[in-house]
Amino acid sequence: MNENAGAGPDTPRAIVVGHGEFAAGLVSAVGQICGMADKLVVLSMMGMTPEDIEGTIRDHLARTGARVIFTDLPAGSATIAARRIVKNEPGLVLVSGVNLATLLDFVFSTDVSPTEAARAAAERGKASLIVVGR
Amino acid sequence: MGIHLYRIDDRLIHGQVVVGWGQPLNIRLLILVDDLVASSDWEKELYRMAVPPDMEVRFADVATAIREHPKFAADPRPGLILTGDIDSMYRLVKGVKAIGNVNLGGIHHRAGRSEKLRYVFLTPDEERQLKELEAAGVEVTAQDVPSARAVPLPEVLEGAAR
Repeated sequence: MNENAGAGPDTPRAIVVGHGEFAAGLVSAVGQICGMADKLVVLSMMGMTPEDIEGTIRDHLARTGARVIFTDLPAGSATIAARRIVKNEPGLVLVSGVNLATLLDFVFSTDVSPTEAARAAAERGKASLIVVGR
Repeated sequence: MGIHLYRIDDRLIHGQVVVGWGQPLNIRLLILVDDLVASSDWEKELYRMAVPPDMEVRFADVATAIREHPKFAADPRPGLILTGDIDSMYRLVKGVKAIGNVNLGGIHHRAGRSEKLRYVFLTPDEERQLKELEAAGVEVTAQDVPSARAVPLPEVLEGAAR
């Protein structure tokens, strides 16, 4: 276990935030597949100003000790807010474009720090996108 | 092609702008008009990284945008001009004098604002500025995404469409 791991084995390791019910749906799917949804904190940004989004993410990072933020679109306001936070906080990692394969890999990577797990999970998520058919 | 949309959205460049409107309108030039963003290299880089590679983003403060508007409007690519607040768009419209439509896309809750629509909250001063634009012949409607109904300003101000 890396000492950067921060959160304990039963505490959230990442925040998931996105448009609409994206984060809730994705984390619900993680729970259904492997029962490890408690490793993830769901945030919705509906109806929030950019300042509120940033403040809410900061608040949940501080409260849970999570060191990773997963967002949906690179152009999303959650991603913009997260980039502002990551800029001034070493040891935080942002992964945008998150998908289910990324989150599943992440929640199972408990033997490394959350930030290391996030980097590896992002690679797994990229590799999970395949196109079949002609 | 000219400017297809003049939008006020306090989230500036985000999903609804880049994808929601950008794709159906085939937007290839996005001009972000904001005095603070235009004065910060870091802010500009932050938003530049949020747009897809086939869309160019330019940054201008309000005074520059007024001066450069003929050039933006003459660009062959479909364009979108975006401000983060009503005051910036108000000054832009007053300065350019050739803007016929303004879209209220997202003005969220802050102290002093009251709810008009799910995504439009206004202070009395903001209401006054929008009424003034409409009285000058500018069509002001609220519409967060293209598939939604464009709500005319009087209806927005009544709060009836909440």
